[in-house]
Amino acid sequence: MTKKQLILLIRIAASSVLLLASWAFKLQGPLGLAAYLAAYAIAGWNVVWGALLNIFHGQVFDEKFLMTVATAGAMGLGDYKEAVAVMVFYQIGEWFESIALGKSRKSIASLMDIRPDEAVVLRDGQERAVDPSQVEVGETLIVKPGEKIPLDGVIIEGSTSVNTAALTGESLPLDRGPSDRVVSGSINLTSVIRMRAETNFAQSTVSRILELTENAAQRKARIEGFITRFSRWYTPIVVLAAVLLATIAPLFFAQSWGKWINRALIFLVVSCPCALVVSVPLSFFGGIGGASHKGILIKGAGYLELLSRIKTAVFDKTGTLTKGVFEVVAIHPQARSEAELLDLAALAEANSSHPIAQSILRAHEGHIDKSRISSVKEMAGQGVEAIVDGRRLYVGNSRLMESVGASWRPCHHEGTVIHVSEGKEYLGHIVISDTIKQEAREAIAQLKSLGVERTVMLTGDSDEVGQSVGKAICIDIVASRLMPQDKVSRIESLISKDAPLCFVGDGINDAPVLSRADVGIAMGDLGSDAAIEAADVVLMDDNLMKLPQAIRLARKTMRIVRQNIVFALSVKALVLVLGSLGFATMWLAVFADVGVLVLAILNAMRALR
Amino acid sequence: MKKIYRLEDLDCATCAMKMEDAVRKLEGVEGASVNFMAQKMIVDIKDDSDEDSVRKAIAKACRRVEPDCKVIG
Repeated sequence: MTKKQLILLIRIAASSVLLLASWAFKLQGPLGLAAYLAAYAIAGWNVVWGALLNIFHGQVFDEKFLMTVATAGAMGLGDYKEAVAVMVFYQIGEWFESIALGKSRKSIASLMDIRPDEAVVLRDGQERAVDPSQVEVGETLIVKPGEKIPLDGVIIEGSTSVNTAALTGESLPLDRGPSDRVVSGSINLTSVIRMRAETNFAQSTVSRILELTENAAQRKARIEGFITRFSRWYTPIVVLAAVLLATIAPLFFAQSWGKWINRALIFLVVSCPCALVVSVPLSFFGGIGGASHKGILIKGAGYLELLSRIKTAVFDKTGTLTKGVFEVVAIHPQARSEAELLDLAALAEANSSHPIAQSILRAHEGHIDKSRISSVKEMAGQGVEAIVDGRRLYVGNSRLMESVGASWRPCHHEGTVIHVSEGKEYLGHIVISDTIKQEAREAIAQLKSLGVERTVMLTGDSDEVGQSVGKAICIDIVASRLMPQDKVSRIESLISKDAPLCFVGDGINDAPVLSRADVGIAMGDLGSDAAIEAADVVLMDDNLMKLPQAIRLARKTMRIVRQNIVFALSVKALVLVLGSLGFATMWLAVFADVGVLVLAILNAMRALR
Repeated sequence: MKKIYRLEDLDCATCAMKMEDAVRKLEGVEGASVNFMAQKMIVDIKDDSDEDSVRKAIAKACRRVEPDCKVIG
């Protein structure tokens, strides 16, 4: 509890005691009046004072003013007890609101607290703990187990596991060793590492994420605009109704003026739109905070709203639906075992750094005895010639096979085909291809079950490759052989006003497309600059299941926003109706004002989870 | 030029809305957005205007709306 809240609580208690005492002792006359006025002043002086100040500032229809008029009116009618009680009740509500708001602000903040407190830097052979912003690029940092990695950098010494859950929502630890990159905000789990800082603090992943989530209010949701317009009209209209109720209604109906004025005062208490106005941004902020904890960064409530209504999902192929890494997908030997063919190819390619050679070596897995290789000759654009165990091997494309006169045969598999021959004798081939992400099919299926009507894949690859990937994961439309600028015009032709579209890419070469889509979603490697800049939503790892998860989260948040709006409006409408018929008390009206507000805050906090 | 101001003791969401409106109308201000939850105001100040005087005008405008709330930064 803050000092301000404590003081308010004491005032509420003092005023309540005074009110109860003067009521219990049935104080009458000037003494009673003095006691009630004192209780009123203790509870509500700042409300009355604030109302007066605001009138000077030209702010008429604010909460304080309305409460002051309502309670002063009640006193004018002789209901001192009720006036004091309503003021006390109102302040209790304010106190609850303040506590609930503070709590929710704190829990959101702690959810997003990935900021490292300090960095241990090695200077002149000594370890020094400094603020992360004091560390310069190139300095050596020491990170102990259990500590946050303060800056992005590369491990120099030591191997450990790191937990990136705070950034990606993925709780499975990653193993990191010398020359591996580690990202600020992740937690070092198992052993001490020394690392070299590669960024300063302002440019580190942590700072960029915080900047993005904390300043996410840039683009507001449509529904927020609605609330703003609504509240601008709501208060004056209800106040006007109150005035009419107090002045015109008694002329037509039999009851006394006092009764009608009392009803009008109830209107004034209900006329503040606060519950609505506070609960909407609070729900959105909770939703954005909860999402960021799961590794889904959303740049504003507007995008959260759009995300909940996505009808068309467009994907880039390479690196988004596929891994973007080449892998051996098939081994077709001729009169030999698969292992033997792979072994020969791996030996021939053992010294090459070409991506294709690398993927063959990765598939081989076992130890390669380089002493078996006596000479290797690279043949540009064709492959390699290598002498292994005294045998002359050729490993490469069909042109190489033609030139050595081996009778190669084509393959029905999509992808790059690597042929192997010993002299003129054809030994078989290995097919290398980009592989589809394991979860891609399931993610697309989930999107469809979430009501996404069209799924589209854009690729620069050939029709064959595009179609085969599209078919494998059940994409509705495949557009292939596209240049980057074609992708933009494709997106433009797919955009329609009532059916929001999202584009999912890995942020490499597709920044224009990301910014053109209604919601640009970048996924993949942590902290890719281009992606974080151009995208509206950033998925912090490359798991496609994050996309349906993000949509579900957005829908949940929107549901909470709508619940709050409907709840607040209907309670207020009910009290207005009951009040005009004479069935509502001012107590009920105060509940409709602050009680609803506190309930709306509590409901909004569900968006966090 | 974007400036971020902290709003201390910003307790009332309606006030946040009104502050945003008031600051938007100030001279030298291109746009303003109040993040009620983070208690921050992001103001886009015109490049040719004096930042310090704009800051004072913002503080004054906010005080008129909600005297309890202080503009810091």
